Amino acid sequence: MATINEHIVKSFDDQLNRINDLVVRMGGLAEAQVAGALDAMVKRDCELAARVIEGDDQIDDLEHELEQVSVLLLALRQPMANDLRRVVAALKISSDLERIGDYAANAAKRVIALEATERHRSASSLSRMAQQVRVLLRDALDAYVTSDAERALEVWRRDVKIDELYGSLFEELLEQMKADPGDIAACTHLLFIAKNIERIGDHATNIAESVHYLVTGRYMEGARPRGVDPNMPAAAEA
Amino acid sequence: MVALEQAIDTSGSISGAKVIGRDVNVYYGDAHALKGVDLNIGECEVTSLIGPSGCGKSTFLRCLNRMNDVIDGCRVTGRIELDGIDIHSKNVDVVHLRARVGMVFQKPNPFPKSIYDNIAYGPRIHGLAQNKTQLDEIVQASLERAGLWKEVQDRLEQPGTGLSGGQQQRLCIARAIAVNPEVILMDEPCSALDPIATARVEELIDELRTRYTIVIVTHSMQQAARVSQRTAFFHLGEIVECGDTEELFTNPKDERTQGYITGRFG
Repeated sequence: MATINEHIVKSFDDQLNRINDLVVRMGGLAEAQVAGALDAMVKRDCELAARVIEGDDQIDDLEHELEQVSVLLLALRQPMANDLRRVVAALKISSDLERIGDYAANAAKRVIALEATERHRSASSLSRMAQQVRVLLRDALDAYVTSDAERALEVWRRDVKIDELYGSLFEELLEQMKADPGDIAACTHLLFIAKNIERIGDHATNIAESVHYLVTGRYMEGARPRGVDPNMPAAAEA
Repeated sequence: MVALEQAIDTSGSISGAKVIGRDVNVYYGDAHALKGVDLNIGECEVTSLIGPSGCGKSTFLRCLNRMNDVIDGCRVTGRIELDGIDIHSKNVDVVHLRARVGMVFQKPNPFPKSIYDNIAYGPRIHGLAQNKTQLDEIVQASLERAGLWKEVQDRLEQPGTGLSGGQQQRLCIARAIAVNPEVILMDEPCSALDPIATARVEELIDELRTRYTIVIVTHSMQQAARVSQRTAFFHLGEIVECGDTEELFTNPKDERTQGYITGRFG
């Protein structure tokens, strides 16, 4: 990231670099939290799930720190052009990462609840969807680190597939519940896990939008491609 | 990085240009200070000229009311039009031109006269008032438009030089307004003022643009961003980039503009 450096005032560079480092650290933690929650789900590992739940505080702390550094920089430097976009993008990305951390922790809580039902229900599309979301988040963060607008655009377009997977998963779980009402509790937990994963995908897409704005100075054009949300009747979508 | 294929029109083409500069060159003796500048200045909007010291922005500003004529060894070529008329044409009376294109300088420079006479001076020499009542009206209206009337209405006979710096600058703006200009040129009008006086002048600029075309030279990026609708970035005697202020400060096209406004070169 050569563009950050070379300000006449060196401490300006230091502050921008610090903001950048914080985003990267938050991103790394969020990725690890998501991976932990999904592994815990696949392996039915309650200890791992508990560690994910505890780990969420760390992301929140980093978000706090990033916000303080950013406010200070805005007050002291009144950044312009790409510097301004970098600070704005960092603030937006950090709040997406904070939400992603929350969803990972929520999913981990559901893993523990799911185990308590003692029903070994699973859904075939769930782990596929989880894997795709992990890759989506990784690519969004890579796009940030490498300032790659094309890659961000590609992430942005891919979220629709996750929405579609979520749709089919929803149908699958509904069928299971109909077939065996004894599975309702377990399936409901799985449904919430799926919803959390789907939301992580949405926030990864937000990150891609912020990266695109940071790099090009332009907002993504057109509405975000999205799949059909089976929870919502079409009319209520707006 | 963003592809920069599209040619950047540095003249900042806009419809309804009040002032048009085409291929403007200025030489101070052998020094080529301004190199083939093209710029359109829109009517009733604020255009800010920014750039490092010595980039030619003040030189260009002074071209617009032929203030460079009075500098020894200064030579201007190219064409500058005000409402489509070449301001260098033989038919143009330079005194009349400077009434139409008024100027406010960096350091407030009221005449060593009363507040009243500072304003009344221009209208008197241009014969804008038939009698004392009309002159009084012009003085009051000008001070009102410059946001100074309430502060000075009961001391119009006191010297203008006795006012605070910010008040003196608004007095100078009132003086420029008094001769009914169409364009007001401001050369760093706030650089000698404190933040409160600066805010007053900026607020005034915002009000004045409904009526006047304003061109402002400023070293403050924030000020340019706040007060102007269009911005031209000068560097080494050329216009590097000209465009909507909002766009230029958030997403400049040229690397040099980006470098300058973000504090990476000087």
